Amino acid sequence: MTEATEPQAAGAPKDARPIKLACRNVWKLFGSGAANFIRERDGKASMADIAAAGLVGAVRAVDLEIRQGEIFIIMGLSGSGKSTLVRCMSRLVEPTHGKVEFEGNDLLKISDAALIELRRHRMGMVFQNFALLPHLNVLDNIAFPLSIQGQDRPTREARAREVIELVGLRGREHFYPRELSGGQQQRVGIARSLATKPEIWFLDEPFSALDPLIRREMQDELMRLQTMLHKTIVFITHDFDEAIRLADRVAIMKDGEVIQIGTPEQLVVNPATDYVAEFTRDVDRAKVISARSLMRALDGSEHGGTVSPEAKIASFSASIVASGKPFAVVNGTGKPIGEVTPQAVIELLAGIDRPRAST
Amino acid sequence: MTVTASAREIRPPVQRWLLVWAAALAAVLVVFLLQERLPWAVNYPTDAVIPVADWVSTLMRWIKTNFSWLTRSITAVLGVPLDFALNLLAKNFKIGHGADAYVLPRLSWVGVCAAAFIAGHAAGGRKLGLLVGGCFLYIALFGQWTSAMLTLALISIAVPFCIVTGLFAGIWAWRKPWAEKLIVSPALDLMQTIPTFAYLIPMLLLFGNSPVSAMIATAIFATPPMVRATMLGLSRVPSEIDDFSEMAGCTARQKLWRVLLPSARPTLMVGVNQVIMLALNMVIIASMIGAGGLGYDVLLALRALKVGEAMEAGLAIVALAIALDRLSQAIARKQAKGHVHQEANQSFWRRYPNLSLAIVILIVTTLLGLFVPAFAAVPKAITFTTAPLWKAAVSWVTINFFDVIEAFRVALILNVLNPLRAFCEGFPWLGAVALLGLAGYQLGGLRLAALVAALTAFCAVTGLWEKTMATVYLCGISAFIACLIGIPIGLMAARSDRFEKIVTPIIDTLQVLPSFCFIIPVVMLFRVGDVTAMIATVAFAVVPAIRYTNHGIRQVPPALIEAAKVSGCTPRQTFFRVQLPLALPEIMLGVNQTILMALAMIIICAMVGTRDLGQEVFIALSKADSGRGIVAGLAIAFIGIVADRLFNAWTAKARARLG
Repeated sequence: MTEATEPQAAGAPKDARPIKLACRNVWKLFGSGAANFIRERDGKASMADIAAAGLVGAVRAVDLEIRQGEIFIIMGLSGSGKSTLVRCMSRLVEPTHGKVEFEGNDLLKISDAALIELRRHRMGMVFQNFALLPHLNVLDNIAFPLSIQGQDRPTREARAREVIELVGLRGREHFYPRELSGGQQQRVGIARSLATKPEIWFLDEPFSALDPLIRREMQDELMRLQTMLHKTIVFITHDFDEAIRLADRVAIMKDGEVIQIGTPEQLVVNPATDYVAEFTRDVDRAKVISARSLMRALDGSEHGGTVSPEAKIASFSASIVASGKPFAVVNGTGKPIGEVTPQAVIELLAGIDRPRAST
Repeated sequence: MTVTASAREIRPPVQRWLLVWAAALAAVLVVFLLQERLPWAVNYPTDAVIPVADWVSTLMRWIKTNFSWLTRSITAVLGVPLDFALNLLAKNFKIGHGADAYVLPRLSWVGVCAAAFIAGHAAGGRKLGLLVGGCFLYIALFGQWTSAMLTLALISIAVPFCIVTGLFAGIWAWRKPWAEKLIVSPALDLMQTIPTFAYLIPMLLLFGNSPVSAMIATAIFATPPMVRATMLGLSRVPSEIDDFSEMAGCTARQKLWRVLLPSARPTLMVGVNQVIMLALNMVIIASMIGAGGLGYDVLLALRALKVGEAMEAGLAIVALAIALDRLSQAIARKQAKGHVHQEANQSFWRRYPNLSLAIVILIVTTLLGLFVPAFAAVPKAITFTTAPLWKAAVSWVTINFFDVIEAFRVALILNVLNPLRAFCEGFPWLGAVALLGLAGYQLGGLRLAALVAALTAFCAVTGLWEKTMATVYLCGISAFIACLIGIPIGLMAARSDRFEKIVTPIIDTLQVLPSFCFIIPVVMLFRVGDVTAMIATVAFAVVPAIRYTNHGIRQVPPALIEAAKVSGCTPRQTFFRVQLPLALPEIMLGVNQTILMALAMIIICAMVGTRDLGQEVFIALSKADSGRGIVAGLAIAFIGIVADRLFNAWTAKARARLG
């Protein structure tokens, strides 16, 4: 394990939302005798140990907490274990070791019946290749999770029509999956997972199989839905730009480990390892870094304007460069807490690295 | 430096295998030459034969006496739907007894033909409708209607039975890997390699000479593809769909019946198509134990050497086979393509217009049949027969070409078949066990070696060595010739799209024909004997050699061919150095299939007077000697399994090398 700390940005309010889902030292090892192996070592093992025992470590020592209503993104390249991790969270894959807590209760200890109940009403999942049932039309696909619960046809179809409306698929109710485009199919997948009104929503690379333009459109669509629904979202992606666009917080995985968890800005400003830095290198920093990270102490010079600490640099870079004067950074009560200079903004835009702690 | 070093390391094992093989062959040769001194190594001593056949006979007798209540009740239960289907399609319903019995008519032939047209039209458009309807009309006009409907009735009851059994067996095997490995897979292998004749004997013994026993034999023979299709279909459902069903909160039962099986439907439909074709094939053969129908007509005609009649009934079988195959394939294809949306909340009539129309036509024409006899039975006036024509044709050929055909036949027997036969029958059994075991060890390790050697030894210790080798000889030479013809055709088809377009419909048709049909025209020209058996077998077994070769060459990735072209290969070099080596595993798979099909056919050729294991089964069948028949059947199955396992091991090795 390298560093998985969460440095809090200066003055940023501590997150007070309750923890919805938490992983506590979760391991998934493949190979014979994996359970004994990790239990004997008390939940600790190095990569070399695992290899020596002839096992494969898909998920290793993962600790994370997902808060209610946040979009939590798990980012990693293929083979990094992100898909396995999200399947551990929903117990599609049984973790070898550790705890998965859903609202504080260990998910791994509940009975099969309770698990089915939980999945029926409180979890939803969207899949990379849509996983629509080929023999059902759009309406029946979306109503399927409800019909599994034993709801009668009028009730479930009424609900299905509501979500069809929500994702903008009206008029396509009687189409079959193969008659739809990829983007439309994923809208069906999204609608289907929302039909049961889940509290926690797993999205497993939902837009990776789509063309870039459609992907962009679907990301906007997801943000629109989230502003209405306020779900707790666990989103898997291998695309760092997508992570930055959507995430409240990002966990970066490599070789089964989570190597850093933080807001996009924290990852860009304070990468924990070279690996993370490599990802963040080509990111448009002005869109990620906020005024708070770039500000310096007030030195009494004249200000050309004011910005809030959370404002991204890109939102005021043009005006600050045009005015040629520093902007004051003011908190909610209007009190200046620092200033951003045009020079600093220009350097950031030009990609000149200045060591600047976020604290 | 390192390259040469590693090359030197690799070489010795190859050389060692060469040495081992040379030594083994030399040893076998010595045994072969010292026949006089070591007779026990060549022919298994008769006094040491293990009387497996007697044991089996005793067991069967015991089952028969102690379980007659079971077999009788099975017959009674299965008889009900079967009689219904037979009456509906072929015989008429008789209610009451004697002269005052009230007769409900069978379905009118006009209605059935129309329904066949509608079904074809619905599944594959006007062209298919005309083909399917035309096939039925052909059967009616050539005076084979009643026989064909008897056959169809048997199939229509056996097929749903196979589908349900196969589905559940497949689900079980898919759920429990141990069951698949220990029970289902070996059982399927055995069921598919035991010759069709061998099924008939125990059925005859347990259920008597009746349509029910024919139906049971058919059901057993035709179930394996459904089991395999179910297993394959379920394992091919994308894992995401599996995950989805879990996340939706499906119980295990909901998951299977509402998610996995519907998602696997296209693959299941392919299985259904194969079940139908195998059932047709078996129903024809099962006419020997009382199935009746078209197969019985062929059998009677062949026994009386009425070539024309046999040909007519055979052609009716062909028509039925083509109709059923094309129809079920079109339905399977439609399933694979998926559904098309339509408006919701329609009446039954609007939602299933074709089905409704077919039902109405059937009812109307059948009711009309009560008043207009022409609707009830095909009027004699409009049927015609081609039997005299065929007879005349055969006479003409025999009169004009007798010398040529006879010279060809005799030359083939004297110069090729007889010497080979003598060699095979004189081959020491101990040598065969050792050589095959060695091959098994080289290709698949100790377990394969033990299996191969044990199965080969079984053929010897049951006293069937000579007949086994006679089978191997005829099967081997037929398969060899089939490959000699089939592989070049496949290669040509792979290189020319136009040629492929010509070949494909021909091999498609050859493949759906029941094995019986291949014998008839050959018997007409070459009379009975090994030559007839060989030619019929070649015609039957050539299809997989063509198909797999063509497919193997065509599936070589275009990128590799482009790479070869860019490196400056001539078309010839591209073909021999890139395409052919890459296609070799697939071609070998085709050869494997060819051998298995040749084996199946050789056994049926017992009807035209071969002297091998097939004849043994055939004789056992006529004497209802279950032990003898089953042991011979097992020996045949073991030949097939040995060949299959060795080829598969070899192919797997070649595949692994190609990556």
